[in-house]
Amino acid sequence: MSKYIIKRLLICVMILFFVTLIIYSIMRCIPTSFVESIARERAALPGGKSYQEWLAQLNAAYGMDKGILEGYFTNWLPSAVRADFGDSWFFNVPVVEKFNDVIWNSFTLSCISFVLEILIAIPLGIVAASKQYSRADYAITVFALIGISLPTFFFATILKYVFSIKLGWLDLFGQVGRYYEQLDTWGKILDVGRHYIMPIITLVFISIGSLMRYTRTNMLEVLNADYIRTARAKGVKESRVINYHAFRNTMIPLVTIIGGTLPSLFSGALITETLFQIEGIGWTSYQAMIAGDIPFSMFYMTFSAILTLLGTLIADILYAVVDPRVRVA
Amino acid sequence: MSENKETKKSARSANYLSAKESRRISRQNRKITSAMEKKYRRKNVPESEYLTQMHDPRNVVEFDDLHSYFFTDTGTVKAVDGVTYEVPQGMTVGVVGESGCGKSVTSLSLMQLLQRPQGQIVSGSIRLNLGDKAYDVAKMPMRAMEQIRGNQVSMIFQEPMTSLNPVFRIGAQVDEVIKLHNPTWSKGQVKQRTIEMLEMVGIANSEGVYRMYPHELSGGMRQRVMISIALACNPRLIIADEPTTALDVTIQAQILDLLRGLKDKINSSIMLITHDLGVIAEMADYVVVMYAGRIVEKGTAQEIFSNPSHPYTIGLMASKPVINRRVDRLYSIPGKVPNPIDMPDYCYFRDRCEQCVERCQGKYPPEIHLTDTHVVSCYRYWDFHKEDK
Repeated sequence: MSKYIIKRLLICVMILFFVTLIIYSIMRCIPTSFVESIARERAALPGGKSYQEWLAQLNAAYGMDKGILEGYFTNWLPSAVRADFGDSWFFNVPVVEKFNDVIWNSFTLSCISFVLEILIAIPLGIVAASKQYSRADYAITVFALIGISLPTFFFATILKYVFSIKLGWLDLFGQVGRYYEQLDTWGKILDVGRHYIMPIITLVFISIGSLMRYTRTNMLEVLNADYIRTARAKGVKESRVINYHAFRNTMIPLVTIIGGTLPSLFSGALITETLFQIEGIGWTSYQAMIAGDIPFSMFYMTFSAILTLLGTLIADILYAVVDPRVRVA
Repeated sequence: MSENKETKKSARSANYLSAKESRRISRQNRKITSAMEKKYRRKNVPESEYLTQMHDPRNVVEFDDLHSYFFTDTGTVKAVDGVTYEVPQGMTVGVVGESGCGKSVTSLSLMQLLQRPQGQIVSGSIRLNLGDKAYDVAKMPMRAMEQIRGNQVSMIFQEPMTSLNPVFRIGAQVDEVIKLHNPTWSKGQVKQRTIEMLEMVGIANSEGVYRMYPHELSGGMRQRVMISIALACNPRLIIADEPTTALDVTIQAQILDLLRGLKDKINSSIMLITHDLGVIAEMADYVVVMYAGRIVEKGTAQEIFSNPSHPYTIGLMASKPVINRRVDRLYSIPGKVPNPIDMPDYCYFRDRCEQCVERCQGKYPPEIHLTDTHVVSCYRYWDFHKEDK
């Protein structure tokens, strides 16, 4: 097993190298250039140098005068290997510092909604499958389909309309309330919690459908399997047949899905964060991207790539945990 | 008006079903099945509701005019349509017939394991002898049924490769059935019994197999494990649903030997479902021949093999290869089993039969007793029927 994991990790390093190279090339090729816009801004100031002069000077300062491959191998890669991702051009602070500022907002948001999603979607899927074609099944399926098909902004707007405009229970947007600074520690936590309610409901509602459908399909497949009939023929209680014999087998494909969602915990939710004006990683990386902030975007995307690779590795290991047939001797 | 409709329907393809009609059928089905499901899932049903009397206390099971239907969206499939036979204590009853004639559905009805909610026992009764009392399985609710399954009646399935749960160890799977029906036993006792069972079915390395997963065993070994699960609680009746179909011939012989030996050891009856007449000849005391959800002929193995009477049985016998006889081409019964939806009210075998008589144009033939034990449903033996009356 350890040999397998080491081999996989080495492959991951290879993949990561090429991924970062490709991302770096794309970042250099996109039409938005941070350097150009700064140069244009500076040139517009009265009595300064011309645009061309500014451009040449800034290019040299930001290391953009080199070619793509040269830039990657001499600028980005050596410092990235030493875990030095430089300063963000747009935010004017070290990349890691900015990231650390905003990631926890996103992480809290997605972590809570991820846990809620699993806690709601899997039991619902199991109920829908074990009572196939019943009223409960139809109700759950319709609910899930509504969740899948409603756009985030639409559902969020409905929530805002009902809960903050009509009922006035929650604030329309923002991360903290008006009197945040005057509250004690518990009050502050509760205040942030109140502001997270609607974003979390939005995230859970729109993502619950696919996981629930997936659980239902898998459960149905397992419930029709021969070994479930064997379990029933043994006299096992129906609830145990579903929650023990069938569930263990349903878990097998589910862990790959759940393992694959690990990176999404850190990648933020751009639309939801923007709608509720929560300064999370989705929103921040979007700003960095449109400004052409190469260090920040590179860091963010490398981080996502590492998580994706780790996610698949963890999913594969979990696979072996739940399915004895794939255990490596 | 209805006449008009009828011709309209036959003008189209016989299998054509409009969306509207299909919806109507499925709505109707749901109404029927949900009422039955509700009844089946009730809690705290008094025992008196399904208590019954055996017609003959020497029988383990008596099927009495059993009807098991599948309510599908294309119509009601009468998979078992009025089946009556009994399994005497300590005997082996072989049920034969080609695929799709209701052999398995009959046995699954006895276990209440039909694919719910579509599959339902509609009418008739299955009387199960428990020694001091008898239950009517057709009326039993889910909770009472769980006490019977695996304990009084157990089942060996056709596909050993997929019949064991792939994520649990063999030991845990055998333990489970023993623990379920002997809740007072300690862990050690249960494990000891499991090891004993595994050894009884001829697994040499029982301690090792106890800790293995199903994918580490061959098909024959898995079938042995299935048999050990089925026999673990000394059931009164073992249903073997084509236990050797998926196995190769040498293993087949071993498994059959094993079953026969174990049957005598724990003195239970076997209901052997197969389409292998060789297996029936070797194992069975009584034979039931089914066709399209009905019994066409039943009798002792001796009677059926020496004097097959129904044209279908004769056809089955003729289509099995015999050693030392050269034939160019093995006989096969022409045609195929009719569509089980909308069965006509005449002998179901009529359209494939080569020995039709004039009376065959009439209704479905009644049961005709050739001897006390030999019963056949065919108009060719109508004379015996008159004598009977």
